[in-house]
Amino acid sequence: MRGCCAVQGRALPRILSDAWWWTRGPRWQSLCRWRRGTSTATEAVPTSLPTEARVVICGGGIVGTAVAYHLSKLGWKEILLLEQGRLGAGTTRFCAGIVSTVKHRSIETKMADYSNKLYQQLEQETGIKTGYVKSGSLSLAQTQDRLISLRRLVSRLNVVGEKCEMVLAAFGPLFEVPDLTYRYRVNNTPLRLGANSFICGALAANRIGVQIHERTSVTHVLVEKGHVIGVETDRGHIDCDYFVNCAGQWAYELGLSNEEPVTIPLHACEHFYLLTQPLQPPLQPSLPVITDLDGRIYIRDWRGGVLSGGFEKTPKPLFTEGRNQLEFSNMHEDWDQFEPLLSALLRRMPALESSEILQLVNCPESFTPDMRCIMGETPNVRGYFVLAGMNSAGASLAGGAGRFQALWGVFHPFSVFFSPSNRMWPLDIKRFGALQSSRTFLRHRVMEVMPLIYELKVPRWDFQTGRQLRTSPLYDRLDAQGARWMEKHGFERAKFFVPPAKDLLALDQSKTFYKPDWFDIVGSEVKCCKEAVCVIDMSSFTKFELNSTGDQALELLQRLCSNDLDVPVGHIVHTGMLNERGGYENDCSVVRLNKRSYFFFLNSPIFPCAGSSQHTRENLIFSCVVTLLLSFLALNLIGPRAVDVLSELSYVPMTPDHFPSLFCKEMSVGYANGIRVMSMTHTGEPGFIIYIPIEYALHVYNEVMSVGQKYGIRNAGYYALRSLRIERFFAFWGQDLDNFTTPLECGREFRVKFDKDTDFIGREALLFQRQEGVTRRFTMFILEDHNTDLDLWPWWGEPIFRNGHYVGTTTSSAYSYTLQQHVCLGFVQHFDLETGERLVVTPDFINRGEYKIEIGGQCFRAKAKLYPFSNLFAQKWQKDAMELGDVQSK
Amino acid sequence: FLGAMFVPMQLFSPLIRNREIIRIYSTAYNFHGRHFCCQPQQLNPIPLKASLKKTTRPNNPAVCRVIAGPPHQYLQIKDYKTSAQRCYLTPPQVNSILKANEYSFKVPEFDGKNVSSVLGFDSNQLPANAPIEDRRSVATCLQTRGMLLGVFDGHAGCACAQAISERLFYYTAISLLPHETLLEIENAVESGRAVLPILQWHKHPNDYFSKEAAKLYFNSLRTYWQELIDLNSGESPIVKEALIHAFKRLDNDISLEAQVGDPNSFLNYWVLQVAFSGATACVAHIDGINLHIANTGDSRAVLGVQEEDGSWSAVTLSNDHTAQNENEVNRVHSEHPKPEEKTVVKQDRLLGLLMPFRAFGDVKFKWSIELQKRVLESGPDQLNENEYTKFIPPNYHTPPYLTAEPEVIRHELRPQDKFLVLATDGLWETLHRQEVVRIVGEHITGVHLQQPISVGGYRVTLAQMHSLLMDRRARTTSVFEDQNAATRLIRHAVGNNEFGAVDHERLSKMLSLPEELARMYRDDITIIVVQFNSHIVGAHHKTST
Repeated sequence: MRGCCAVQGRALPRILSDAWWWTRGPRWQSLCRWRRGTSTATEAVPTSLPTEARVVICGGGIVGTAVAYHLSKLGWKEILLLEQGRLGAGTTRFCAGIVSTVKHRSIETKMADYSNKLYQQLEQETGIKTGYVKSGSLSLAQTQDRLISLRRLVSRLNVVGEKCEMVLAAFGPLFEVPDLTYRYRVNNTPLRLGANSFICGALAANRIGVQIHERTSVTHVLVEKGHVIGVETDRGHIDCDYFVNCAGQWAYELGLSNEEPVTIPLHACEHFYLLTQPLQPPLQPSLPVITDLDGRIYIRDWRGGVLSGGFEKTPKPLFTEGRNQLEFSNMHEDWDQFEPLLSALLRRMPALESSEILQLVNCPESFTPDMRCIMGETPNVRGYFVLAGMNSAGASLAGGAGRFQALWGVFHPFSVFFSPSNRMWPLDIKRFGALQSSRTFLRHRVMEVMPLIYELKVPRWDFQTGRQLRTSPLYDRLDAQGARWMEKHGFERAKFFVPPAKDLLALDQSKTFYKPDWFDIVGSEVKCCKEAVCVIDMSSFTKFELNSTGDQALELLQRLCSNDLDVPVGHIVHTGMLNERGGYENDCSVVRLNKRSYFFFLNSPIFPCAGSSQHTRENLIFSCVVTLLLSFLALNLIGPRAVDVLSELSYVPMTPDHFPSLFCKEMSVGYANGIRVMSMTHTGEPGFIIYIPIEYALHVYNEVMSVGQKYGIRNAGYYALRSLRIERFFAFWGQDLDNFTTPLECGREFRVKFDKDTDFIGREALLFQRQEGVTRRFTMFILEDHNTDLDLWPWWGEPIFRNGHYVGTTTSSAYSYTLQQHVCLGFVQHFDLETGERLVVTPDFINRGEYKIEIGGQCFRAKAKLYPFSNLFAQKWQKDAMELGDVQSK
Repeated sequence: FLGAMFVPMQLFSPLIRNREIIRIYSTAYNFHGRHFCCQPQQLNPIPLKASLKKTTRPNNPAVCRVIAGPPHQYLQIKDYKTSAQRCYLTPPQVNSILKANEYSFKVPEFDGKNVSSVLGFDSNQLPANAPIEDRRSVATCLQTRGMLLGVFDGHAGCACAQAISERLFYYTAISLLPHETLLEIENAVESGRAVLPILQWHKHPNDYFSKEAAKLYFNSLRTYWQELIDLNSGESPIVKEALIHAFKRLDNDISLEAQVGDPNSFLNYWVLQVAFSGATACVAHIDGINLHIANTGDSRAVLGVQEEDGSWSAVTLSNDHTAQNENEVNRVHSEHPKPEEKTVVKQDRLLGLLMPFRAFGDVKFKWSIELQKRVLESGPDQLNENEYTKFIPPNYHTPPYLTAEPEVIRHELRPQDKFLVLATDGLWETLHRQEVVRIVGEHITGVHLQQPISVGGYRVTLAQMHSLLMDRRARTTSVFEDQNAATRLIRHAVGNNEFGAVDHERLSKMLSLPEELARMYRDDITIIVVQFNSHIVGAHHKTST
């Protein structure tokens, strides 16, 4: 799983306790005015609820008001915002954020950027000073690895227009830096929001026609035929077409209270920050937000004093057994828990020792299993939207404490929420399956996620909690043979196999940005795939069957798939299912089992529905019978000798005449009969995939291993597969492809049959694109002057430069053991140098550029290729010959 | 004959220097090896008045109190007095003695596998014998779920207890394994592949495993699982039966190994030592809310239950196999012919000799006279020089008189069951079980409910708060405070005064007893305190009801 890189913190204006807020708040008066002005909607004795509305938004925190504001801006009418307590009384009251556009994902940067603008706009609209300051931020690196992670971040941010630099930081007299190995800083321009920013939003929303009702709690949402039809509140029933769950920490339970439960995987942890009395002289607001990642703290000014909090190593998860608001507002300070952070703060700012404590605020935050926020329409109930886990995600994405920033950032994606036009998949609620919603899982996972926010994030890290949830029937067998595991959607996948008598470093020590310790192990697995035969357990990949009584299956698939599926029985077709924009909803291989049934094989462990649009889902569900084949083991036999192993096991000739490539047959393997064998692999190597009902799994595996012994068979893991597929320029959905990538953009036009009888979804968009030309193109890069042993390894998200200009970022990379060079895959765009407009990318444009890829601040020459090598070995020989030639000429 | 019983000290405790043996011999006549001797000598606290009278001599009252207890006067008292005065221990010294063997293990809440109903355990032991004859073991079963914890009280040397502590859990774990796993393990061993790990041990550095005997033990274990494979009933093992089977099988293997002998002379001697010494065992198997206690002998398992009003009560989950247990006496009587009724239990001892009525090893009470003689004749010379081994218990007509079969009690954990104390009789003789549960209960709640700090409107600087927090942390991790519940129990067991509070002076005196005297005032104490996760137990409970 990909993770976010370490990002630095941003400041956060926060609001104190209730008392502080209402009596001493500097903008108390304006607040009162505001309350009076909108008394019809927000007084303690509210007017009666309307009985119907177009949209009901649950949650009057920053998220809910933001959504309401934005919807009404978009021209929606009859928007109703319900809040169980008072507006902004939940997490919002306690916490306020630092806004920074420093983001790991482009979508998040865009959200943040949008919020900046919106913020200023809000001030004009409402006339309320929100008191934000542009202060800049500063991240400290205490270790070499931390420095690398910051460098990677800087190179990523600079190309998207954020000003960052690595400088030796100049510190004020307040700071001590004896233990800092590296005093670098990342300069950027975060905003800090004033305490009442959200009031501002609410006011703005109210002015443009949003009805706000406080002290109204939603008991459950009414669903009919899979669509929201209304909500039940403690004050009556309301009919509505859309429901937006912005209930923050309560979102999980609200989701479960439905008749048809909606799972919103998030869990709260206690989070503490300290406020001090004003210093003498008072701290200036111009002080940048300081993030001491290794000390796990952030520091900023707060009314002349210091506000400092952090993400401790041993978080306290809470509300595992449910929650209520009473508990929430009575959170206690826990100084013992805060002690490590206080020590870190005093180490960094010894001068603070004499300053007085104002308060230690306990502000629970919710976290999601993958550190990203949750938004979008739920997969099982139409019209039910979620925008929650926002706090946690805000905090996590930002890598710092800022939540407002993400909260305000909501505006932007939310505007496109109902007509998606942006790359939302990383944040979409559909990325989760039901398996991530176990309370125990969430509790354990957030205990890992919260410290991870400031933890050093290195390539290829895996979550350690919530593991071994879904495993292949061979799990124990492979584990005993030295398998090391990674997890994808709860499914354990072997990364590689540690040979006996070879020890790898412990988990903690193997964290590196450079060449990893498994390099040679994966190398020998790859070699075995190329020269002999390897077995890879592919059970984690989704597979399902589609059956119908008549021709419905074919009709449906012809409509859904871009390739022509009216093929002879037994043939395998690689195809994508596209959306109206021509983007990939998924990428799969389809086998025609007989006239009326098809077999699907996806390269990810999620059901395609997760990524598919509404109509796809409905059609799949209502017109044909879909069987998820969870009880099958998929074994991939890769390598030139795979043929020999299989023919020996089945006594059936497996030569290309009898068993052509991309073909599927049922045959016997060992004693097991009726095993589905397909002549295809996911890497482009020769080989087969065998589908085995799990009761035969051990038998077939044992047979394959014992027969294969004389052909040099061995287990291989996912890393070998990855290296093989990347050097062959195979794109994977979810890593390289998303639902905005069209087949034309990644060189797969040959898998699109424009002239087939049926008008498949996305055809029009593709035809248009074919005429106009693509604005981005999937390209393969071979790093030329990169030293595998000494240089930083590419990961993903590295900027690509063409003739010195930024043209895109990489999406995945791997070391190619055949080419003995690194291969990166990524998209190249063509920006007009003057206007920044996106122009058409032609093959000529790609081929005629000098490319460089920047890894952690260092640029490497790269050769761009639009099509895979026809013969990798030839390429290697050429290279060897050239090197030999060089040696001889010298 | 009693004298003869202690000759094996020479045999089984080679660590004791010659000179001391003579002294031990003389004292042990009455006191050494409580299992063999007359009634345990309680440290009778002298009446309050008496102790008050003596307070004029600050250094001596405790000494007087201690020595006033035993009914007999010894020459050694004089030595002891002087040595005790010489070796007055400071609190840090006391702590270093008490904490030398302490061990804690916290089950990680998320270990990526199962959610365990066990939060963790504390264990500790305090020697009275030199070397200590108690052993302890804790391990997590890796191929099945559950955790195994056990205390083992050796007698007539530590060899048997040592062997049991290394081997018993393997036998138990193997008995619990499903047939397929056994097959897999056997295949792995057969083909020289790596064997699946069966147990994950949680050991104190002082808990050693003997390297020399490992191969021998492994072969016996392998024979066992091969037999289990052949016997495959197709049913998954039941914990209770598995425990009983494992106990009996291990005892049987110990006996067989001694009969067969070993070509390696050291090992040959060792297996005889193991077989001729004895040990009791009290083992807990915890899997989710299912708690099984298998007990052989007079160690005891007591459950700490917190009532709704917060008070603590004790539930004993094992029966002592001694003369005080009527059922046990009846059992022994029923197993031997009527004419032996008067001799088989005499002076509250088995055949008038052995205190526990069930034990591992102790082949002198299990083998026929012919077998004993045959083994001794072919045995190593050291064995034959020894009077004890030749000695046959009196009235020895219908062996075996002793069994290692455990009594298994199953208990379903409830949310109010907070912890379990497993301890050898050394603890139960000095502290009542109710007192034990109270001490542990207060210990665990005390650690968890440390009064939180609140600033609440006072003017506190960061530096003040920081130093306060550091103090608090130092206190919770302090060497002077017991973090370990087992250590706290030992402190109370050894140092409690007449008011039930720890008296440092008394503690210091008791701990500075010279090796040869220590056994007169206290027995070896070994304690394991397992703490349960009420949260998980409660959840289990809800789903099961």
